[in-house]
Amino acid sequence: MKDAIIETKDLTFSYPADEGAEPALVLKGVDLTIERGSFVVVLGHNGSGKSTLAKTFNGILLPCGGRVYVAGMDTQDENQLLAIRSTVGMVFQNPDNQIVANVVEEDVAFAPENLGVPSQEIRRRVDDALAAVGMSEFVRHAPHLLSGGQKQRIAIAGVLAMEPACIVLDEATAMLDPVGRREVLSAVHRLNQEKGITVVLITHHMNEAEDADRVVVMDDGKVALDGTPREVFTQVDALRSMGLTVPDTVDLLDRLCKDGLDVPLTALTVEACADAIYSAVAK
Amino acid sequence: MEPILQVQHLTHTYSVGTPFQRSAVEDMSFDVYDGEFLGIIGHTGSGKSTLIQHLNGLLRPTSGQILLHGKDIWAEPKKIRDVRFQVGLVFQYPEYQLFEETVYKDIAFGPTNQGKTGEELDRCVREAARLVGIRDDQLGKSPFELSGGQKRRVALAGVMAMEPDVLVLDEPTAGLDPAGRENLMANIRDYHRNKKRTIILVSHSMDEIAQNVDRILVLKSAHVLMSGAPAEVFARADELLSAGLDVPQVTRIAMGLRERGLAIDPAVYTVEALERELLALREGGAAC
Repeated sequence: MKDAIIETKDLTFSYPADEGAEPALVLKGVDLTIERGSFVVVLGHNGSGKSTLAKTFNGILLPCGGRVYVAGMDTQDENQLLAIRSTVGMVFQNPDNQIVANVVEEDVAFAPENLGVPSQEIRRRVDDALAAVGMSEFVRHAPHLLSGGQKQRIAIAGVLAMEPACIVLDEATAMLDPVGRREVLSAVHRLNQEKGITVVLITHHMNEAEDADRVVVMDDGKVALDGTPREVFTQVDALRSMGLTVPDTVDLLDRLCKDGLDVPLTALTVEACADAIYSAVAK
Repeated sequence: MEPILQVQHLTHTYSVGTPFQRSAVEDMSFDVYDGEFLGIIGHTGSGKSTLIQHLNGLLRPTSGQILLHGKDIWAEPKKIRDVRFQVGLVFQYPEYQLFEETVYKDIAFGPTNQGKTGEELDRCVREAARLVGIRDDQLGKSPFELSGGQKRRVALAGVMAMEPDVLVLDEPTAGLDPAGRENLMANIRDYHRNKKRTIILVSHSMDEIAQNVDRILVLKSAHVLMSGAPAEVFARADELLSAGLDVPQVTRIAMGLRERGLAIDPAVYTVEALERELLALREGGAAC
C-alpha cells in the first residue's frame, strides 16, 4: 500500500441542529485515502459535503463517527492537534478573510512565528514560500492593494511557511477572476510537482480538475465517483444527475459519439478534443 | 429600439492631483437600448465596476455624461435619488448587505423608500420573491437562517421589488456551484422575459455571457474594446485572447479545428452549433 497522508474511515458528521430538530448527517460514511504527493480534486455541488469533508482534514471539524488520520495521527487526539495543523494547511475561499498583517512578509511569517521557529529560519521560509508562489517582488507590499489572485497566493505562501506536507484549498478560486484563478492553479501545480506537496483542491469548476491525478466527486455526503479525470468525466449522465456540468469538450464529444462519430470521450483538454474531432471528421 | 441609457464620453479619474492619479474609465461612449439584455465583460481593472457605479449616480463623472431617458442624470443633483430607483444596482456578494429581521422586510426596504405602501408594496414584495424562487413560507424567516444561495436571491429580490427600468447585476453568480448558477440565471431570464425591462449583466464568465445576453460590451483598460452580438464578438476570439480575456471553451475548440484545416464558422460558440457544423461537414465530406 502506498503512503497515506490523509485517511478517513467510515467518517460521519452533522452540524448541531435547532432545538428539537433531528441533526441531519452531512457526511454519511466516507472512506477516503489521499496518497502522499498526489494532486486530488474534490468536486460536488453546494451541500454535497465537500467543504465539510475538507474541514475534517486538519481537525477544524471533528468526526461525529468514524476517524480521520493525518500522517497516522488521529485528529481527535488533542495532543496532536498542532502537529496535525502543521502537516495539513488550509486555504479558504475569501482572500480578504485570511490575511492578518499589513505587510506581505509579516503575513507570511505569522504561522512560523507562532510555531516558535528561530528568526533566521523564518526569513528563509518566508523568502522560499513567496518565491514558490511567484510573489517575491511583493515582499514589502501592503496586502490590501493586491489583486484577489495575488492575495490568495499570499495566503498559500502563509501556509507554505509552515512547511506542510499537504495543502487543502477549499474553493480557494471561487471568488477570483479567470486570470487570478490561473495564477493560483499554476502555483499549486508547481508546488505539487517541484516540492512534492500533496494538494487537495475542493472546487466546483470542472476544468480545474483536468490536470489532477485523481478526481473525487461528492454527492449527498458520500463519495459518488472516484478515479482519474478521464474515468470520472466520461460518466456524463452520472455527473449531470448530481447537478454537475461536464466540460464543454466532453459534452461535445458525447453528442458526436451519439451522432455516430468515432470519437473518444477521454479528450478533456481543448487541444486533445480538437485532435480527436479532426481525426474523426477528416477520415 | 430607443436608447434608455446613454453613456457619452465618460471619464472617471481617481485621486486627481496625487501621484496615484489614474483614469479607470476614459472617454467611454455607448448606448443601452430599452428592453435589451446587455452583457459587460472585461478582466479585473478594466473599469467595469467604476462604469456601473456611474449608471445610477453613485459616482459622478470627472467628465462626460450619463443620459437616462435622454436626460442628464446630474442635471438636478438633488433628484439623484430618483435615478437610483430607476436604475437598480445589485453589487457583488449582495447577501452581505441583508440586515432586516425577516426576508419580507428586507425585500420591502427599497420599495418602502420609494413611498410604496399597503397592497402595492405587498404585491411588489411577493412578486419579486416569486421571481427569484423564494417561497411564501420563507418570507417570515430571518434572512440569516437561509443558505448562501437563498440569501443572494433575497438581496436580488430587494432590488427587483423597486421595479427599476434598468437592472444592473455585478457578477450575480460568483461563488455559486453550476446548478446554483444556472438556477439563478434562469430566474434572471424569467424576470427579463416577464417584465421586459433592461438588464445589464457584468460577468467574468464568457460562457455565462454567451448563453444569456443579446449584446456584449467588451472593456479593456478603461475603454470599450468591442461590442456586438455574441456571435460577432466571439468571432474575434484572437483579439479577446490577446486582451487577456477568456473565450467560451467551444470557441477555443472551433479555433483549434480551424487551425487543423476544418472549415468551421468563426461565429460558432455553443456546443449545439458546433455539433451541427461538424455533422454538416461530415455529410458534405468537405473535410480538408
